[in-house]
Amino acid sequence: MKQEFTISIYSENHIGLLSQVSTVFTRRNVNIESITSSESAIPGIHKITIVAITEKELIDKVQTQLDKRIDVVKSFVFTEDEVIHQEIALYKVPTEAILESNEVERLIRKHNARILEISKEYTVIEKTGHKSETQELFEKLSQFGVTQFTRSGRVAVTKLKKELLSSYLDKLENEKIIKD
Amino acid sequence: METTEGTKKKKITGSEAVILSLINEGVDVLFGYPGGAIMPVYDAMHDYYDKLNHILTRHEQGALHAAQGYARVTGKVGVSIVTSGPGATNAVTGIADAMIDSTPLVVISGQVASSLLGTDAFQETDVVGITQPITKWNYQIKNAADIPEAIAKAFYIAKSGRPGPVLLDITKDAQFGEFEYEYKKIDFIRSYRPLPKTDYSQIDEAARLINLAKKPMALIGQGVILGGAEKEALEFLEKADIPFAYTLLGLSAIPTEHRLNIGMLGMHGHYAPNVKTNDADLIIAIGMRFDDRVTGNLDKYAKKAKVIHLDIDPAEVNKNVYADVPVLGNVKDTLPLLTEKISPNNHEEWLQEFRALINVETQKIINKQINPAEEGILMGEVIHKVSEAFGNDAIMVTDVGQHQMMAARYFKFKQSRSVVTSGGLGTMGFGLPAAIGAKMGKPDRPVVLFAGDGGFQMTIQELGTIFQSNIPVKVVLLNNSFLGMVRQWQELFFDKRYAMTELVNPDFQTICKGYHMPSELVDSREKLDAAIKNLVEQDGPYLIEVVVEKEGNVFPMVPAGASVSDIRLE
Ligand SMILES: Cc1ncc(C[n+]2csc(CCOP(=O)(O)OP(=O)(O)O)c2C)c(N)n1
Repeated sequence: MKQEFTISIYSENHIGLLSQVSTVFTRRNVNIESITSSESAIPGIHKITIVAITEKELIDKVQTQLDKRIDVVKSFVFTEDEVIHQEIALYKVPTEAILESNEVERLIRKHNARILEISKEYTVIEKTGHKSETQELFEKLSQFGVTQFTRSGRVAVTKLKKELLSSYLDKLENEKIIKD
Repeated sequence: METTEGTKKKKITGSEAVILSLINEGVDVLFGYPGGAIMPVYDAMHDYYDKLNHILTRHEQGALHAAQGYARVTGKVGVSIVTSGPGATNAVTGIADAMIDSTPLVVISGQVASSLLGTDAFQETDVVGITQPITKWNYQIKNAADIPEAIAKAFYIAKSGRPGPVLLDITKDAQFGEFEYEYKKIDFIRSYRPLPKTDYSQIDEAARLINLAKKPMALIGQGVILGGAEKEALEFLEKADIPFAYTLLGLSAIPTEHRLNIGMLGMHGHYAPNVKTNDADLIIAIGMRFDDRVTGNLDKYAKKAKVIHLDIDPAEVNKNVYADVPVLGNVKDTLPLLTEKISPNNHEEWLQEFRALINVETQKIINKQINPAEEGILMGEVIHKVSEAFGNDAIMVTDVGQHQMMAARYFKFKQSRSVVTSGGLGTMGFGLPAAIGAKMGKPDRPVVLFAGDGGFQMTIQELGTIFQSNIPVKVVLLNNSFLGMVRQWQELFFDKRYAMTELVNPDFQTICKGYHMPSELVDSREKLDAAIKNLVEQDGPYLIEVVVEKEGNVFPMVPAGASVSDIRLE
């Protein structure tokens, strides 16, 4: 059975890492729904967050292949209920549409969105939420002529008390000390 | 005490640093081919021939396969140096081959100056991009000062854990740059765990299953050889009295004549282990990866068996075959733990079941190959005779095709690391250069190559390398005037429609003459013994070309898509 997974990949910040990581998904024929990449809370370590819809069995195999890449520190696979996640969406609509009725303003308020910028020609609206929520607002705004719409990849943090990566790194450090 | 070359804080060029770092890693032989973007390194090497024996091959693919052959017989890291662009792309096949067969290599490629990167400069290719999926690790060096650390990392990664190829791409300006050289070996990288943690409860569970099993079967893979665990494997097998089969790359880990040996697994393996896979109640996979050529149809594989899988690579566990008990770690460490926990056992009855099937195969196939009734020479008899002539104790190198499977079936072994063959990639053209590398790695052991007339011509120019560097490899060219393995499939599964498999060959004797390779032609059975005698006794390199039956087939065979137990005897 296919389901949605959030995969957090912690890595060294080397050139070409994104391609290393995405190749693992491509080889296993797993489609990447979204991808974001940024620094993590640990200095020098990068975090890539990928959303993919596939079978549990296959994502486990992808994970072992990811961990096998030398520059990947560690990857973690989460199901929907194990993470708190958000995506951000921007919508560009003609300012005219906002002035003509108060419907757009009502939608903004109702969906907890906000206006980022207003000019004579266009207005940019921002909404943060789950994909279904940003999608819903997009559909509602469509009648007013959305000229541009863009949604970010997922950002996610775990619901766990223990920080998986730092405990993993601590463990590694200990092993190294024992070895030395 | 280790000495460190050139560590006296004096400024040297990146190129010299490459050479010194290789020496510091213990490299004494390397294989390569020069060109514009790597010239500074070759220039630096010119002063170090006393420490580094560079073998000039005739093609970069040859350099790579030679480095592989060297690595496979010695267990050391094979090193190869190539230039940018076409030099590097010619190396790609060897890198891919080393990746899939877990062979430790460090490949150094020259690259255009960093200011020219991405401009489609002369002989620029994105080698790091091209080789990313087929290397264990790769890296582009753009500063001279980064060279020692990158090389130290490359060697550590190539040989630790599950070995594999590493490529370092060095820009020309980095080769010219000067810096204060210092070399430190590396044995820790924070993002890399070569050795997974062993879960000891799994050892207990594995021991429990082994003690209970009535029909256990062990599968020996290359992991046993890579881990140097031949002795540990033997102790385990003998204490539990478990029959063992081996994969193509696991061949020679344990001497052929061992009483528990039941033969080779897979498509052209032996009858007994394939048939019995679906009778076994326990499969103990030791350092092998359940390749599809070994398992046949996975849905009909080892249906009655629980599976214990010992491997160093967590990504191999549950990849193809579900492991009831995964035992992660180097088999050299995990096998003794297991041996200690199991009770001595006796599986004589179960072993008899294998012997019965071995007899069937011996009568129906092996005897007919070794003592043929027909006039034409068969591959099996040649290989059998060559093996015996070398006291069943030579290093066997093969190319790819029917002769490869025949060699694996009919050559015998007394010691480990005696097989060099392209398993996972099945690279035609692998044989001749790999034999060169193997001989460089083990100059004191005889190295005999079996090649087909097709694959031999893919890297035939390496006869030039043999001549220039006087490398005494023994070659047995099994000439059937066909791309035999493909022809066999056409015969069996494509209605004998021999599409593009018949070869009109050159006169190999004349070619050998041109390359100053002593050789002789065996076109009738009477000439065979004398020719083999020459092959063994001649001091230098020697080639015998044996004209074999044109349409001989390799049997038994598991047809593609079939279950291993449906293996065909004819
Ligand atoms: C580079 C490469 N190209 C094509 C193949 C497909 N292939 C596998 S075996 C084979 C025939 C080999 O013929 P030959 O070298 O004469 O050996 P024989 O099978 O006759 O012993 C071919 C074409 C391959 N394995 N490698």
